[in-house]
Amino acid sequence: MTDQPRKFDPRAATPFFVSRGHSGWLGLRYSDHGEDWVELELPWREDLLGEEGQRVLASGPILSLMDMASGMAIWRAMDDFTAIATLDLRVDYVRPAREGAAVFGRSQCYRVTRSAAFVRGVAHDGDIDDPVAHIQAVFMKIAPNTRVMHDA
Amino acid sequence: MPEQEQIVALTPYARSLGITHDGWDAGVPVMRVDFDETVEGRPEHYHGGATGGLLETAGYAVLRAELERLGRDAMLKPINITVQYLAAGKSRTSFAKGRITKLGRRSANITVEAWQDDPARPIATAVMNVLMAD
Repeated sequence: MTDQPRKFDPRAATPFFVSRGHSGWLGLRYSDHGEDWVELELPWREDLLGEEGQRVLASGPILSLMDMASGMAIWRAMDDFTAIATLDLRVDYVRPAREGAAVFGRSQCYRVTRSAAFVRGVAHDGDIDDPVAHIQAVFMKIAPNTRVMHDA
Repeated sequence: MPEQEQIVALTPYARSLGITHDGWDAGVPVMRVDFDETVEGRPEHYHGGATGGLLETAGYAVLRAELERLGRDAMLKPINITVQYLAAGKSRTSFAKGRITKLGRRSANITVEAWQDDPARPIATAVMNVLMAD
């Protein structure tokens, strides 16, 4: 690994994020990372199928996978564990994932401003040049002591 | 109302996530998910992915209900979804309801809103396109 030492190490941090909650339920795992991107793995699971009688992964878990990978890509790019919240997330499902295959979500944070972070990424089932989905998202930094999100 | 008789088909994924059919609102299925660890992101808040899953499920539900009403049978395939997160989802029940903006022969455009206490104050909205294959 040629990375400079950084505060946010996706490989070391993933077990913490996936130990519980929604990511834990999905069983997300660390796969790979770079300077400004993170890839997580969503293992194949029988109970995440999208259509009765068809052995195709639902689209919802891919959205969750990409949301998580995007958040971690932002922390990686900022090298700072600032609180962030998804503002806008678009997923284009270009083809169904192969039956029985794990899905990998790779997200890259290509721009961080004072208040927002921009990401793009793909989900693939083994060959990153043949993606199952493309995503684009914007996250907001949650400033301490500032209620960016109004209470319901 | 005839729609009261209809059963809303949930995908294995939706059932596993804990999504249930809460009831009908003017012929439109209202979906719900109770807060538990399965949907939790940062402590005591919904994970964006779980909220997205609820929105998608409500979108498919309204489309299936409408196709059933029309006597149409189709396999639904996602084309895309764009989710707008408007407010943090707190540690209580969330609801979602979709509206078919355009029903075509091969694809449908659906808008969905999710809320917690007040339907007039959504926590997230989505626009989705769904392919209807024979």
